Amino acid sequence: MEVINSIKFVMPALSVNESSARAVVSSFMIQSDPTVEELADIRTAVSEAVTNAVVHAYRGTYGSIELTVKLLRGREIYIRVKDKGCGIADVEQAMEPLFTTAPEEERSGLGFSVMQSFMDKLAVKSVPGKGTTVTMRKRLAEHGN
Amino acid sequence: MKIDIRSENGTAVAKLSGEIDHHNAKELRTQLDRYIISAQPREMAIDLASITFMDSSGIGLIMGRSKLMKECGGRLEVRNTQPYIKRVLKLSGIERIVKIT
Repeated sequence: MEVINSIKFVMPALSVNESSARAVVSSFMIQSDPTVEELADIRTAVSEAVTNAVVHAYRGTYGSIELTVKLLRGREIYIRVKDKGCGIADVEQAMEPLFTTAPEEERSGLGFSVMQSFMDKLAVKSVPGKGTTVTMRKRLAEHGN
Repeated sequence: MKIDIRSENGTAVAKLSGEIDHHNAKELRTQLDRYIISAQPREMAIDLASITFMDSSGIGLIMGRSKLMKECGGRLEVRNTQPYIKRVLKLSGIERIVKIT
């Protein structure tokens, strides 16, 4: 992948940083002149990935979340959300729609479904005890479309 | 995040404004539940016209309030849903349980 521009943002895994992550992605994307829908899709997917890390990665402990956003040649946006938290034992199960380990917090279990639906590509790599990395890609429409 | 609850023609209308994410949902949940439990409205509407962002945290928020309204003998609906928010809601199939307009 040919990277035209990239940004890295590291934040403590605090819920207030869910909106910080969205703001970072929004401001980075201005250079690629996305449509309102494209921007909304990517902001939502990032919000879901960061929320997953805030809610699940560091239960009862503290840690950080690293958000990387890249603009690739061909008007493609690459997003990586990485934590060094508890990891996911069964990624396949975690990605099933409506599966949640936090129903008491009214988590709907649709975070990965939203990411899948709003982005073109989604990959989740996780090692229990080491952390989780979510990568997503979305190609933006050509200018003038 | 702001919430304004008023009675309109017998329906308690909760106008939400700002962003609904996991961070804000907690406070919204507390305020809405407090109102539902104390006022016991028969009909309640959550108005999303002034919502500028919502992720799947909003689905949990709506599902939870719908359940509480049912337990209290009432009914919840969601109004003024923008197309982008509708896409998020559709993924959950929530429209089979709650009236969404």
